[in-house]
Amino acid sequence: MADPIKVYPPKPSNVYFYATCLIDMFYPDAGMAGIQLLEREGITVCFPEDQTCCGQPAYTSGYHDEARAVAKAQLGLFPEDWPIVVPSGSCGGMMRKHYPDLFKHTDHEARATSIAARTWELTDFLLNVCHIKLEDLGKPTTLAMHTSCSARREMGIAEVGPQLIGQLNNVKLVEQVRAEECCGFGGTFAVRHPEISGAMVSEKVDALVDTGAGEFVTTDCGCLMNIAGYAEKNRKPLVGQHILSFLWERTHSGDEGTS
Amino acid sequence: MSHPPSEHPHHIDVKEFHPRARAAIADPKIRQNFRRAMDGLISKRKDAFQGMDLDALRDLGANIRLRALANLPDLLEQLETKLTENGIKVHWAIDGDEACRIVRNICVARNAKTVIKGKSMVSEEMELNHYLEERGIEALESDLGEYIVQLADETPSHIIMPAIHKNTGEISELMHNKTGTDRSDDVEYLTASARQQLREKFMNADVGVSGVNFAVAETGTLCLVENEGNGRMTTTVPPCHIAVTGIEKVVGNLEDVVPLLALLTRSATGQHITTYFNMISGPRKPDELDGPEEVHLVLVDNGRSSIYQDDQLLDTLRCIRCGACMNHCPVYTRVGGHTYGTTYPGPIGKILMPHLIGLDEGQHLPTASSLCGACGEVCPVKIPIPDLLVRLRQESVDGDKLNPAKVPGHGAKRSTLEAMVWKGWSWMHARPGAYRFGTAVATRLRKLQPGQLGSWTKYRTAPKLAAKTLHERMKERGQ
Repeated sequence: MADPIKVYPPKPSNVYFYATCLIDMFYPDAGMAGIQLLEREGITVCFPEDQTCCGQPAYTSGYHDEARAVAKAQLGLFPEDWPIVVPSGSCGGMMRKHYPDLFKHTDHEARATSIAARTWELTDFLLNVCHIKLEDLGKPTTLAMHTSCSARREMGIAEVGPQLIGQLNNVKLVEQVRAEECCGFGGTFAVRHPEISGAMVSEKVDALVDTGAGEFVTTDCGCLMNIAGYAEKNRKPLVGQHILSFLWERTHSGDEGTS
Repeated sequence: MSHPPSEHPHHIDVKEFHPRARAAIADPKIRQNFRRAMDGLISKRKDAFQGMDLDALRDLGANIRLRALANLPDLLEQLETKLTENGIKVHWAIDGDEACRIVRNICVARNAKTVIKGKSMVSEEMELNHYLEERGIEALESDLGEYIVQLADETPSHIIMPAIHKNTGEISELMHNKTGTDRSDDVEYLTASARQQLREKFMNADVGVSGVNFAVAETGTLCLVENEGNGRMTTTVPPCHIAVTGIEKVVGNLEDVVPLLALLTRSATGQHITTYFNMISGPRKPDELDGPEEVHLVLVDNGRSSIYQDDQLLDTLRCIRCGACMNHCPVYTRVGGHTYGTTYPGPIGKILMPHLIGLDEGQHLPTASSLCGACGEVCPVKIPIPDLLVRLRQESVDGDKLNPAKVPGHGAKRSTLEAMVWKGWSWMHARPGAYRFGTAVATRLRKLQPGQLGSWTKYRTAPKLAAKTLHERMKERGQ
């Protein structure tokens, strides 16, 4: 009945990097930042070329046949027994929690279950598997954070982002009111119920603006395009980026990495 | 639910969810009333569970409910036997109409003209008040919230706090117009006035109708949780008491009630215990001075046994009706209870109502969620509400050939166009070469990207395609 206890593996020498389609097309810098953070920890990152999308958009829309076809195309990408790291709580949650359901009673059940058990959200992996120690090289700043609902509730990592940011000496993290409340993205929900989603994101943006930080980070690109897109359209004094971009920018000296 | 629409004064087209949502979102009073109330309930619940191992208690609650459901047929038989031994007459109703007929027949047999009611969501499901009134029997709500809703000729907007959509000013105005009470912003005064009016009704009522929170099979005990004392009055003052409940409310033993009660009151109103907790075990005995002469229990199915047939959907029946899912729901908080157009609003309504009214009628209900998971996180019996919403979305578009849909009205939301879009999406994302080509072309053409993307850009700017995909950058890097 209780959620399964997470058992972190020892720090590996190799990982698979599963970028997610939003990072691939809209936020590749965040993906690159995640890869560079992993490499700086001495991990060899394998980027399976044939990766596309985890299948979640179709899955949560009820089109499970279509989701299964896409998810099935991902199942063969991880032949070695390495952890699969995902820079998203939402796509990570799809693979970790819903792949076993999607392939239940099929020939692919064992593979889906193995992938689920090896899937980690990237910030969780950096903190709790790599035991990363961040050295802040940036100027003093104030920052707000929005943890995605899937990161918070499906992956159980609400504390991870604040702990990582807490390692940065020059960053003051300020909490928004109703931090636990959804930003209103919800995938196709945002376009199926635009007024409700719009009301949710407008209050989320107000809460973030009210922190006075002017800048926020988030674990998920869906929330990012929703919150930052609302702020931009409505000329609110708030800019956002993926937490991985922020962490990398604050901690690399300029001659590291090849991005 | 099953009365023909024309008969029903409150009949709302459930399918018209979108216009109602738009109107609610645009109504600052609705927004403020719900936000304020839900914020208060969230913080009270949090305080009430302070210092307890909530997760362990929720596990226990879930297990008790699962065990009861696993033995449901046997427990219901045991309950009937025990209640009968205790002198309580048991009736079975396949749907709301039959349940209404049973209640009316009891009233007719006693020549009863007035019914006083304690709060009961199952009686809302049955639309009992309307049924009785059409047949010349007055039914008066005695729960304060229900009383206000009845005065306003509305339906409850919350399963625990039926009039939560109204603020004090609105209630004062309503009571002034309908009962002549002086206008006042003093809640104590308004409550006392309502109480005064209700007291008389209690004394003269021929029948009391109540709900049931837990029906204990082992002892044949009906447990009723309430704060106003109206529940106790309803079940003890009139000479006849009729309890109505869903068949899923049965639990095995009295011991099962203790953790469920601890979860229910804390989850619902943030109370450690309610002011009244009634345990009803039978009519007045020959040597007793008070209590009803007759006690009846109407066990209502109304779609529940069909939910029971499915191993996953069965979880819906664990619900103990605390309302915490709606209190914590960011959608319910924005649109309020009436927007749903259903007896049960909010997350529990979204997973329960499609079974009661069909997925054709209730096709928008499962989609009206961002799947944020707040409901499942607070559910005292750990109903995986988001998973059930996804299941119902699948059912409503017949989206899974491996697990064919079975809920009545399934497939009603499937449209050829939408199905084609997902098929095309699936085709491209299941073919890595096509995906890489398509995304690379899209980024090349990003200057041509439309600035308007339907309803997305009504509130936000369009997301901007990167100059190069991560795939391309990794390739350049030699990986």
